[in-house]
Amino acid sequence: MLAETAHFALAIALGLSLVQMVIPVWGVRRNDVALARVGEPAAIAVFILLAFAFGVLMHAYAVSDFSIRNVAENSHSAKPFIYKLTGTWGNHEGSMLLWVLILALFGALVAFSRKSLPDRLRAGTLAAQASVTVAFLLFILFTSNPFDRLNPAPPEGNDLNPILQDLGLAIHPPLLYIGYVGFSITYAFAVAALIDGRIDAVWARAVRPWTLCAWLFLTLGISMGSYWAYYELGWGGWWFWDPVENASLMPWLAGTALIHSTIVMEKRDALKVWTILLAILTFSLSLLGTFLVRSGVLTSVHTFATDPSRGLFILVILMVFIGGSLALFAWRAPLLRQGGLFAPVSREGALVVNNLFLAAACGAVFIGTLYPLALEGLTGAKISVGPPFFNATFLPLLVPLLLLLPFGQSMAWKRGDLLGTAQRLAAAVGVGLVAAVTILALTRGGPVAAPLGIGLGVFLVASAFWDLGERIVGRASGLGAIWSRAAGLPRSAYGTALAHAGVGVTVIGIAATAWATEDIAIMKPGDRLERGGSAIVMQQVFPRTGPNYRELVGRFTVEIDGRPRGTIDSMKRTFITRNNMQTTEAGIRTFGFSQLYVSLGEIQPDGSVGVRMYTKPLMLLIWLGSVIMALGGALSITDRRFRVAAPARARQPAPGPTPQPAE
Amino acid sequence: MPHLLAILLLALLPMTSARAVTPQERLPDAAMEQRARQISAGLRCLVCQNQSIDDSEAPLARDLRVLVRDRLKAGDSNGQVIDFVVARYGEYVLLKPPFGLHTALLWIGPALIFMAGAFGLWRLRRRQASAGLGRGLDDAEQAELERILEKR
Repeated sequence: MLAETAHFALAIALGLSLVQMVIPVWGVRRNDVALARVGEPAAIAVFILLAFAFGVLMHAYAVSDFSIRNVAENSHSAKPFIYKLTGTWGNHEGSMLLWVLILALFGALVAFSRKSLPDRLRAGTLAAQASVTVAFLLFILFTSNPFDRLNPAPPEGNDLNPILQDLGLAIHPPLLYIGYVGFSITYAFAVAALIDGRIDAVWARAVRPWTLCAWLFLTLGISMGSYWAYYELGWGGWWFWDPVENASLMPWLAGTALIHSTIVMEKRDALKVWTILLAILTFSLSLLGTFLVRSGVLTSVHTFATDPSRGLFILVILMVFIGGSLALFAWRAPLLRQGGLFAPVSREGALVVNNLFLAAACGAVFIGTLYPLALEGLTGAKISVGPPFFNATFLPLLVPLLLLLPFGQSMAWKRGDLLGTAQRLAAAVGVGLVAAVTILALTRGGPVAAPLGIGLGVFLVASAFWDLGERIVGRASGLGAIWSRAAGLPRSAYGTALAHAGVGVTVIGIAATAWATEDIAIMKPGDRLERGGSAIVMQQVFPRTGPNYRELVGRFTVEIDGRPRGTIDSMKRTFITRNNMQTTEAGIRTFGFSQLYVSLGEIQPDGSVGVRMYTKPLMLLIWLGSVIMALGGALSITDRRFRVAAPARARQPAPGPTPQPAE
Repeated sequence: MPHLLAILLLALLPMTSARAVTPQERLPDAAMEQRARQISAGLRCLVCQNQSIDDSEAPLARDLRVLVRDRLKAGDSNGQVIDFVVARYGEYVLLKPPFGLHTALLWIGPALIFMAGAFGLWRLRRRQASAGLGRGLDDAEQAELERILEKR
């Protein structure tokens, strides 16, 4: 009964979304405030209804209600409780429900943000947001009903794919979806502005916290997904240029460009047309990602053609929203007047260059991901586009961007001075060079890319903080002056420095992967495997039983530079509930930022086991850097200027020219 | 979702996930083994989702790894080994698509986007400059400005 109620709740939510989509626009047209405000309660109600439906599905998973097809196909009564809960979104239907739930959550948040948004913009944004909700609720109701019943109910479920029975499933998809779907808000803002025909710095300021929020969650989502793949897939790779990964990287690149272009717009009232286009493109790429992953088109163009119901539905959604918004853009964008001016060599100019590189990098990923599909669809020729392609096209666009980044960050607004900026950065350049040369000398004969990459990363970190330090210390004299300057600097300045330093940290981690080692051996208890200063000695191999699996455990003692440093357990699991499918649970020990990674291979006839040992120096920095980036984004959101009321509703006279925050 | 699905798709395929090369497959000659690894990393496992034969435990990938090593032992150069595999399995096996008429747009596309963007920016700049937006004040305007400032 509960499931039917939840299904009904989805239908009501669909109806209310239609109301939310249509009535406010009409209200704005007729200048009827009451009608224009209908979107707010509607958005909140839609969220409550979807939260209820999602809660019901989760409950069904928690109590293993196998009369619901979705639960029976994806769960098992013996599965650990936490994985029963996370299994709610470990399947197509559940994950789409999570998708619209987050969509509705953002709608409700916009409805609540009365203070920071002008009324017309809020009404238009809620309406545009509702149109996306309508489309995806239709998709769920018509092709992916999570509350479908089975009669008779099977006594036991099929269990969740073992690889998904991991904490990663609890963390990665929700973070990623908040990021993906969060960009629907910037999209809605852009569409509302286009319909309204008005866009200015107020728009940029209103949209910025939302963009930052979506961006930081997407950053975390991608990075946690990368870490999950790293430890779960058992060979220590962290990025595979897989189409599904690219599907999340593209909106990230576009979103990164967007958070930088809105700065120029907020500051100088310039780049309006481009910013609007970026806002549309970013969410379009999110939709494209959803289409790529959900339609099955990636496995083969032909599977898509033979079972097109879901894929075709999303394709139509994709075309309506991307095509519609781009058409709207082509029609209305010429109305937008360009604003302030700036010299090519200036902070604004640097941000334009940033956008050029990010857009081209995004284009490279886009082409590499979709070209094989298009080629096969058009000519039938099959080609593979793998990591070598992306390394050859993406990196040449990324490295110059990273090299230029510090110059942009410390360039003056409006009219900059290249030579002066270079002089101010001299110290950071020096630190980076010293780091690179020192490491190069210490690791002579090793890979050259690693020291150079680390030098670049050190340069990025050093310049991020050097610039910040200079603005705090500057020409100030005395501790008190420094303190008051530090307190007076806007939070977004700290956020920028932190985020850019995070990029540097990630770069260091990536560069260090060139030093990673791999050793393969067949071991029996007592055997020793050694590389550099790290060694493992196999103690024993024994079977163990878990709630829904059996596993073979290899226990190793670890020695670092001759000293014992505890043990590592590395497992090979067999899921009896799922056709004896096997997974590798790598044993990982962390030393500082470096890791020792041991995974079990095949068991030999004589009882010995294939063992792979990887040393991964500074590996954790890759993900740590992205967490620092996200923290920088979070710090920027808390900046004072986003918390004050929208200018139209200012309650007191502006307290003089506020010191302009510098991003 | 992306990784989730990557993992899911990988999981559906007939293999477990640990990296592939087994100790038995390895060549005694370390330099030659290094070459084999290099070649393998660029060859696609044909039954997998976006994995190289170096990463895949699928039986077909293992056969290909052994084939690569056999060719190397027979004295082939890296290029000859790759040509041999391509002749057998087609271009699809190469993770780095060769440059050709059908892949021209793929390879120069990213550079085209970058150059088109750069060109657009340059044009915009020039238009602004010729519209008098980018230049400084001329003498008459400067005099006018000073006159206004003096009046204050």
